[in-house]
Parts: sequence; structure tokens; C-alpha cells
Amino acid sequence: MSRIVIKAEGLSKYYRLGRVGTGTLAGDLKRFWAKTRGKPDPYAKLGQDDTFSVSEHWALKDISFDVKQGEALGIIGKNGAGKSTLLKILSRVTTPTSGTAKIKGRIASLLEVGTGFHPDLSGRENIFLNGAILGMSKAEIRSKFDEIVAFSGVDKYIDTPVKRYSSGMYVRLAFAVAAHLEPEILVVDEVLAVGDADFQKKCLGKMQDVSHKEGRTVLFVSHNMNAVRNLCSRAIVLSNGSLVFDGGANEAIAQYLSANTEREGLYSSAVFDEINEQAMVRKVELKEAKDSVLEYTSEKIRIDFSLQAKLNIPGMFLGIVIEDVNGNTIIVSSTDENEKDVLLNNRPGIIDLHVGFPGRLLKPGKYFVTFSLRTKSDKIFHRVERALSFEVVDNYTFRGMKNRYRPGAIVAPEIEYKLL
Amino acid sequence: MSKEKEKEWDLVIGAKPKFFDLNLKSLWRYRDLLFLFVKRDFVAQFKQTILGPLWYIIQPLLTTFIYIIIFSKVAKIPTSGLPPLLFYLSGLVVWNFFAACINKTSSTFVSNAHIFGKVYFPRLSVPLSIVISNLVTFGIQFVLFLCFLFYFVVFRSFDLNINSSVLLLPWLLLIMAALGLGLGIIVSSLTTKYRDFTHLVGFGVQLLMYASPVIYASSILPPQFSFLVKYNPLAPVIEAFRFAFFGQGMLSYTGLVYSTVVAFAALVIGAWNFSRVEKDFMDTV
Repeated sequence: MSRIVIKAEGLSKYYRLGRVGTGTLAGDLKRFWAKTRGKPDPYAKLGQDDTFSVSEHWALKDISFDVKQGEALGIIGKNGAGKSTLLKILSRVTTPTSGTAKIKGRIASLLEVGTGFHPDLSGRENIFLNGAILGMSKAEIRSKFDEIVAFSGVDKYIDTPVKRYSSGMYVRLAFAVAAHLEPEILVVDEVLAVGDADFQKKCLGKMQDVSHKEGRTVLFVSHNMNAVRNLCSRAIVLSNGSLVFDGGANEAIAQYLSANTEREGLYSSAVFDEINEQAMVRKVELKEAKDSVLEYTSEKIRIDFSLQAKLNIPGMFLGIVIEDVNGNTIIVSSTDENEKDVLLNNRPGIIDLHVGFPGRLLKPGKYFVTFSLRTKSDKIFHRVERALSFEVVDNYTFRGMKNRYRPGAIVAPEIEYKLL
Repeated sequence: MSKEKEKEWDLVIGAKPKFFDLNLKSLWRYRDLLFLFVKRDFVAQFKQTILGPLWYIIQPLLTTFIYIIIFSKVAKIPTSGLPPLLFYLSGLVVWNFFAACINKTSSTFVSNAHIFGKVYFPRLSVPLSIVISNLVTFGIQFVLFLCFLFYFVVFRSFDLNINSSVLLLPWLLLIMAALGLGLGIIVSSLTTKYRDFTHLVGFGVQLLMYASPVIYASSILPPQFSFLVKYNPLAPVIEAFRFAFFGQGMLSYTGLVYSTVVAFAALVIGAWNFSRVEKDFMDTV
């Protein structure tokens, strides 16, 4: 019998883009004075009839959703989709233009860790100050003080001003305070994107405790799909200020990844201008990709290179590295690793090269291709980091799960299972 | 039925804020924060200083000495027969309280935008904490004033004229605090849109000091300038403060009531404006 603790009804937020006023009181007064005398606006730009015609922007459009007690709701969407605006409204940092959000219970928001930390104050003093800003009473903080210090792991430096802390210590202390908040509803924005991998794990674990064990409601915004998948049972997808999906976290993530047709930041081909080297890559292109997106089930991932060499260069080879979005190196390969080195005796001129990586290997996600054209003596002719980027998607569902996401795994090769 | 349901919600975030919603209840809930802000202001101010809190004493003392040289010795402005040091110090201590209140509260929104943009707490706790900090500062400087008063009475056989109007002191402080806070938060709301006001307050307060009986007694003003003291809500307060300790100058209850009314009006207008602006100033600041 979980009751509804957050009820958003038709939340909308309107921003006027561009400069509305002239920026100074004097400017606004001059404009007003000019208008009342029927003179043209002294601040109007040439060719602009009316400086009041600012472009409008709906950061949120008619968002409605309910959140039940104890539920962990993920909010996903591209940059600018309205996630942060939604959190700001729920955190009461700003007000909606229309619509209402009704909240039951104490709500605390973490749009940032370490809000209000004063660099000159010691760790101890900042714990109290930051805790109070987040809505804890002094008595509450005192009772949790030791726990907070232990969690942060900065106990030796607790009486040192935080400006002397390393950035890691600072963030750990800041998160430790936030993690010991005990609101009924916790709103978290991307704060896990700080600290080292270990600490991120610790934070995520703490958040899981908060929502799974302690039964508190969590709203979680992140670009880290794995974190959303691990933490949230349900997710909503925002796109251009509208709510486009509301349902299970896995479905929402799949919807977000596949509906994202603009493919922000993905580029499936690149052409390079002439450089002053003996050899260079003129063009590189990912083949058979639609908008830089490849199906997991593609037989091959094909990348075509167009090389240009001014003369025969013995020992020249092309190295290729494929990285995933978390910076893991997935594949390292070069043309000279095979018995048959296709560049071994290159002729001067244009060389068209086909590179084929096996399909059904890369798990769904975003990848980057870095290449370098070089010789064995470490002379690098042409190296471009992240020259291409592409995304592997998987529309295969099995029992409602996108089963090739394989959380925790680096690759997702197709494995054969057979009864003998 | 539906009305009952509405009551179940602890918090309703809507587009149209209530006409006058000070939210004193949540301010009370965040009272610990208020005092932590006060503590922060004090502690942070004197980290990495050698003289530390002594600055609270040095600042009015040096100012007083400069006033003695310029206004008393050079310009020979009479100090109603009082030792110039006591005369200037008494005026400065009261004036400083007001000036610090208005100067610091007027930048509430702009200088705290980074915190306000990230987390909700009753915004009013920031200007209130500033007033409380300044009250403590006033306390320190007031004790300094009493020390000098004591010194003059004991060693310079100065005629002490402390009278029953000393009991007015809390009222005087309240007027000053309300004026400083009220005007300060009015300005702070305006600066979210127009930064011009930040500059205006800086020298406005400075000019206002010369229009208040800090370095002169109201009685020496030529009639064509008496309006300065007549309509200035700060004048009766400073005069009353001097009267309470020296028995000199004028104690005007009409003036004090006038000051109270102005201070109260400033506070109400300020609070109303503040409550309107605090909701979504993040969009304009």
C-alpha cells in the first residue's frame, strides 16, 4: 500500500531567451522615456523592429507524473531536455510557470555537493554549516557527526580548513554530509559524477541503501545509464521539455537510447585537410551505419580509410583503438599485426583500406575510434583522437529485458549455448 | 472531500505564490542555520588575521581619531561641549550598526546566488543572520564606548549624565535594525534585476551619514538645512542615544515614533518584495 508522495500536475516552465531588459536601470529608463515620446528605441539593434521580440523557450511542457513512497525514479534525457529544470522546481529553487507539484513529507535536494562550504572553515565547521543548509538541525548533525566523518575518511584533517583539502577529500566530505541526510524524499542530480571510481561506487551503494533498505523515495537524474539501471526501478524520459516515456527503468533507457535520433556528438565520418607529412589519412568513414548507429546484430563493423602517401614508406602501419564511453579501451589493433600486412609495400598515392571488426561483440553503448598512422620507429604521421564515434544499439528484448547490456561486462560477445 | 485531500500534502509548489508569504514557520525550523550563518560570518572573517576580533575595535577607533582631527580640530565643528572622542564614538557606534546592516543585506541575492541556486532554505535567514551578526558587532563596539565613557568619568572628571532614557536603548536598536534590514532587502530584491543599486547603496549610505547627526549635533544646523534632521528617520535615534548617555541634544518622542513608523514600513515593504522575488529570482539574477 504505497501512497503517492509526489504528484506533479502539468508542470511547465517558460524562459525568455535573450536579453529582455537592456541590463541596466538607466538603459531601461531611457527606453521607456523614448517609447513614451514615440521615439525609436535607442537600444534597438539595426534591422530589428522590436527589441521585445525575444525568443521563447519552454524548458518544461506539461509534465505530469506520480511517485510512490519508496520508489526510486530515474529521470533521463539529453542535455537541455529539462531534467535540471524539473529538479530545480521540485527543490524550490525556482517556480513553475504553470502547473503544480504536491509533495508529502520532508524533501531534500542535492543538486550539488558541498553547497555553502566555506573554504576558510574547518571540516568540522563545514559539516555543521552544510548540514544545516541541507535542512538538518544541529542536534541531528551532532548525532551523526562521527558517522559522517567515518564515511568521508578525512578524520585526520577534520579541523583543517577545507581550502587545504585535496579536491577528492573535499568532495568526499561534502558527499558524506549529504548522504546522511534523512529526508523522506531525496532529489539527486548527477552528484555521482565526482570523485574516483571507488568513491562513486560507495556513493551509489549508499543511495541504494537509502532507497531499497530504508524505503525512502529517491529521484535521480543521471547520464550514467548503468547507475540509473542499478538504482531505479522506474524512469521517465524527458525530451525537449516534454515527458516522452514513463515506465520501467530498462525500457526507459532503451527508449532514450534509441529514440535519440539526433545522435548528439556522434560522427560517422571525417575528412582531413592536407598536412605537411609524408603520409596522412584523408578520410575515414564508418560504413553501414545509419546516423552513426549500428545494430548489435550487424555482422561486421566496417570502417573505411582513405590514406595518402607521398612516397613508399617501409614499416608504415595504421593503428586503431576503440574506446567505450567510460574510457575503457575495448579494441587495439593495427595493420601490421597480421601475417599479411596490407601496408607493407605501399605505393605512393591514395590507398583505400577496409577495416572490418567483428559484429555481435560490442555491447550497446557509445564508442570512439582513435587512429594513428605511423612507422615502427615511432614516427607518427597522423594521429586523431576520437576521430569517429558511433553507438551500438540493441533492440533485442528477452523477457522484457535488454539482455545484451550485460551490466559489469566490458564486451557482449554472442555466446553459444548448446546441449550435447 | 477534495479539500480534505489538499490538506494531506505537506508542500504544494505552484506557479502563483501567495500574495504575502513570509513562511515564518520554515524560518523557525531552520533557526539552527541562522545561527550557523552568524557563526560562520564571525569565524571566517578573522581566519588568517593576526589581530582577529580586535578589528572590531580598531575600525571605529581609527575612524573616531580621524573625525577628531578633521571635523573637530580642523573644521572646528562644535560637539555640544562634549569631549570629541565620546561625541564621535557614540554617533559612530550607532551609525555603524545601521550602515553594516543595510550594506550587507543589500547584496543578499547577488552574493548568495550560487547557494540559492542549488538548495532551498528560507532565504530570509541570510539577511536576518547578517542583522544578528551586526548586533553582536554593535555589542562589542558599545562596550568599547562604555569603556571610554568610564575613562572620561574617572580620569577626566567628565560629568556623567546617564538618565532613564537609557532604557530606550532596545527600542533604538530595533528601529535601526528594522531600517537597515528593511531598506537592505528592498535593495537586494532590486539588484537581482538592476545591478545599479549595488553602486547606489555604497555611496548612498555614505552620503546619508552626513545627513545624519553623526559628526554634528542637530542643534547646530542652520534652519535651511534642518529638514535633513527633520525627515531623516535616523536622526532622532542617534540624538536619543546621545541624550541617554550625555543628557545633551534632544530627545524627541515624536521623532522616535516617526522613525518607528518609517522603519516598520520599510520592513513590511522589504519583506513583501523579498517574498515575491525569492521564488524565482534565479531566473533573472
